[in-house]
Amino acid sequence: MLGDEAAAHGALWAGCNFFGGYPITPASEIAEVLARLLPRMNGFYVQMEDEIASLGAVLGAVWSGARGMTATSGPGFSLMQEHIGYAIMTETPCVIVDVQRSGPSTGQATKAAQGDVMQARWGTHGDHEMIALAPSSVQECFDLTIDCFNLAERFRQPVILLMDGEIGHLRENLTFPDDTAAVARQERALAGPDEQPFGGAEVPPMIQFGYNRYVHVSGSTHKPDGMRDVSTQSVHDQLVRRLVSKIDSRREEITRVESRWLEDAEAVVVCYGASARPSLGAVLAAREQGLKVGYLRLITIWPFPRAEIKALNEQVATIYVPEMNLGQISREIERFVSCPVESISKIGGVSLTIQEILEPILKKLKP
Amino acid sequence: MRTEIQIAGFGGQGIVLAGVILGEAAILDGQNAVQTQSYGPESRGGAARSDIIISRTEIDYPKVLQADLLVALSQPAFDKYLSGAGEGTLVIVDRELVPSQKGAHLAISFSLMAENLGRRVVANSVMLGFITAVSGIVSSSAMEQSLSRNVPPKTVELNLRAFAEGWSAGKEHVDAWTCRGGANG
Repeated sequence: MLGDEAAAHGALWAGCNFFGGYPITPASEIAEVLARLLPRMNGFYVQMEDEIASLGAVLGAVWSGARGMTATSGPGFSLMQEHIGYAIMTETPCVIVDVQRSGPSTGQATKAAQGDVMQARWGTHGDHEMIALAPSSVQECFDLTIDCFNLAERFRQPVILLMDGEIGHLRENLTFPDDTAAVARQERALAGPDEQPFGGAEVPPMIQFGYNRYVHVSGSTHKPDGMRDVSTQSVHDQLVRRLVSKIDSRREEITRVESRWLEDAEAVVVCYGASARPSLGAVLAAREQGLKVGYLRLITIWPFPRAEIKALNEQVATIYVPEMNLGQISREIERFVSCPVESISKIGGVSLTIQEILEPILKKLKP
Repeated sequence: MRTEIQIAGFGGQGIVLAGVILGEAAILDGQNAVQTQSYGPESRGGAARSDIIISRTEIDYPKVLQADLLVALSQPAFDKYLSGAGEGTLVIVDRELVPSQKGAHLAISFSLMAENLGRRVVANSVMLGFITAVSGIVSSSAMEQSLSRNVPPKTVELNLRAFAEGWSAGKEHVDAWTCRGGANG
């Protein structure tokens, strides 16, 4: 199965019953699968006029009780930034899949890239935290989509599945769970009569449209009951600090990495998504030559796994960071370590090869 | 043991689909398989390429490093990818679509054979039959099953006929090699 198709199936297993989208390569296959299957499962597929409207439709559907998702690529992701901010401010749980392609702008439309890493983090304006997961296999496209839905409900927050064209258009084996009971679903917390929908608890329960209570949902600064107050400093301060803190104080619950051969590592390759596959090949090749090279794959990109990165600082001489951009995660790693960080970057739509990652490692460790 | 196959041509020839069929057949045979593709912005006429890796063990790197088998179904594809072929690469081209074929080991009339069956568009199935017979990477029963699952329902019979035609042609080549004492004879 294709990575894109696996993500679509993951959404269905997670209980997604609304997809609003606008087709774009290399993400279109997600919409294709859901357009075919959602109506048969009493769900809704809506093709909107553009990506702004696509995410807007998802947010509206979620407030009326749906579990919603949209999927796009770089140019559409840029358009969605406005509503991502709205989803953060209104605490609307939803999943946004970005199958990254080569940019800026139309770039190489059919070629893969990992250039949206920082856009996923800071694309929308204002202070906020973000949750983004990056799959590196078809199986993970399925598994992590389910995780995205659960994190979205858990934190009442938009969650990004940060795929890339390499993984989205990769076909390989996928094993479905035995039955739906094997998929743990985070249910939506709904507010009782005395509970506030935008305050009180750090992650407050929701009130849904049409369910016995009125609720005011606004992207403007609002009080715990949802009513606007855009002039009181302390109201804004408390709201935005809570929105940040609900994620930031629970980083350990969210951040996940896959590590191999770190125990004796003197150098380590940190990778994610598409760059993980050639990285694993390069680390295997280096170890075959007797070099103590470790492998750390970021599954959670945001919040950044800073504890796992900081831990490397005391141990390794060099951190190598292969990625299909000009060093977006490499620079992020530099913020948390004092050892040398060597960026192995490649753009232009052609994926990194094992050799391209292995060469700089050999140059340093086996001169 | 990792086997790498690269199929290249132009959009509309069923290059990507051929890779999907081959990969799925390998999975039906109980192996691991990954398939990736490269294509231009046009859906017809642009360059298209399908990479398939088949292995009994976990596949780390999903792209072709050096193909064990390269199939070129257009002149530009042949010119572009021949340089990536190594000593151990078996290079097969379409005899009519790749007129300038220096460097190819085998030139087979896939499209002509498909035309004789009534539809040129099943040339990819003829090619799949041929490479199944000469490579032995996947079983022909798995290929037939995978082919039937992946082509439009109304064309299953025609595609299976095309596959069988290609398979027989491949088998003849293998028999001829065996008589001459192996694939390098």
